Amino acid sequence: MRMQTEVIIGSLKLKNPVLVASGTFGYGDDCRDLVDAGKLGGIITKSLSLRQRDGNPPVRIVETASGMLNSIGLANIGVEKFIQEKLPYLNSLDTAVIANIAASSIQEYCTVLSMLEGQEGIDGYEINVSCPNVKEGGLNFGTNSAMTAEITRALRKLTRKTLIIKLTPNVTHVSEFARAVAGEGADAISLINTVIGMAVDIRTRTPKLSTVTGGLSGPAIKPIALAKVYEAAQAVKIPLIGIGGIMTAEDAIEFLLVGASAIQVGTANFIDPSAGVKIAEDIVRYGEQHHIASVKELVGGLHVVKGMSVVESWL
Amino acid sequence: MIQTVCPVTSNLQVGPAIYVLKFHSPEIASAVQPGQFVNVKVNDAFVPLLRRPFSVYYVEKEEVALIFNVAGTGTDILSKKKAGETVDIIGPLGSAFRLDDRYETALLVGGGMGVAPLPMMTSKLEHSSKTVVTLLGARSKDFIIPAYLKNISIATDDGSIGFHGTVVDLLRKGLSGRMYVKPKIFACGPNPMLKSVCNVAEEFHVPCELSLESVMGCGIGICQGCPVERNDGEKKYALVCKEGPVFDYTAIRVK
Repeated sequence: MRMQTEVIIGSLKLKNPVLVASGTFGYGDDCRDLVDAGKLGGIITKSLSLRQRDGNPPVRIVETASGMLNSIGLANIGVEKFIQEKLPYLNSLDTAVIANIAASSIQEYCTVLSMLEGQEGIDGYEINVSCPNVKEGGLNFGTNSAMTAEITRALRKLTRKTLIIKLTPNVTHVSEFARAVAGEGADAISLINTVIGMAVDIRTRTPKLSTVTGGLSGPAIKPIALAKVYEAAQAVKIPLIGIGGIMTAEDAIEFLLVGASAIQVGTANFIDPSAGVKIAEDIVRYGEQHHIASVKELVGGLHVVKGMSVVESWL
Repeated sequence: MIQTVCPVTSNLQVGPAIYVLKFHSPEIASAVQPGQFVNVKVNDAFVPLLRRPFSVYYVEKEEVALIFNVAGTGTDILSKKKAGETVDIIGPLGSAFRLDDRYETALLVGGGMGVAPLPMMTSKLEHSSKTVVTLLGARSKDFIIPAYLKNISIATDDGSIGFHGTVVDLLRKGLSGRMYVKPKIFACGPNPMLKSVCNVAEEFHVPCELSLESVMGCGIGICQGCPVERNDGEKKYALVCKEGPVFDYTAIRVK
């Protein structure tokens, strides 16, 4: 018997729990030769802002141990060009399309979402309140729970489509932010965005990234991400979408077990653009081997043995 | 563009820490154009995490050759690959040199590992009416890899062979001596060298294309990690992996 893989996030039914993370799959078209994106649960677009953004100067990328630092600075073509040039192709794919929105004011978030709301083929929104690499907005919103709540409230009024808020790990208690977002009617929370990090060239004694610090991603951050998802899962009942260093189905299943209803594959796409499709197929294989009827059975299925000492202070 | 796991057919040391690795891929061998690159995953591990981009050195029937200097973990692992082992390749990627426009002498200028795309260009130009002149530069004699090239002049930083100076000094000397008939420059090498090549091209009003080196995250345009400042158009940056690695020198600002 084939395992049921459908998952529900807000009003959106995904064919499987594997999405590709914002900024790691472009607008879908660059990967068309290499991957059958129709086999993904969904595609989250590169962050869209009201106007085109050039992004940060080089150097934008540094490889680190089992990870990479990036400081792209939300380079994107802007929402209008996205609608004209990229959305038709995304719509031709047999998968959910979730538009990721980044902005430097609540007004800008609202404007971009309203522009997309009128378009056919946008199945939901993921709100980036947590980019560590832009001066204005970005992390300033994401590290202030009152502000995060306010953005959620404003956007909730504008759409009935699935609204996902993407949280940063660069805070003391991610559960506080999860509660704030759930309280304002978000359909789901995705986490984590990148972890702030840095690398230094000892020959020139300069930072390796042009912006000094950047966002760490890849397998190096998976343990951090699992702990943050676990923390959020103790705090809220809305679906969580786990992100952070997922390279294999085993990684993905770990996230499901700690409480994620779906997952996003990010950095792995840079190495293998079909990583998400392979992970989706391997989750099914795992399910069949273990006689699991539905992927939903895995969600929150972690066994924390009674009497196991859980440090609750950070929950 | 395809992703394919290819058997290594040979891996030979050709210089101090310089290797030529050949792999079997009929698809890439038949599709690749001079100046394009492939992105190589050197192992199945998370270290190194990312692929490594290499210009295609030359193509021989169904085999594709890459040349590299051992400079870090990725190239160290690659240097130890034996025939029969595999490499995971995405390619061919990026833009190619424009070899067929109106000029008479192709000046192929390579600095260090910037020699990489020149043999494939040479073999392509062999079937044309163009004259080929190759200018090779490196720090010393041992680092000059002249195989598969024609009409070679050499410059070394230490003067151990050929002209004592940089390959750009050599280029300038040739151009100011009017040694070349209707030349076009095709240059590949580190950025400081390419920047000097731009100055020379501008000074002598010679058309010029450059192949840029860059750190890359993905090689296919999705990570936005390899920007180079552009001179034209509404966008501030071009991506080296997708719009390059070959650019007209007037289109970009090499820093």
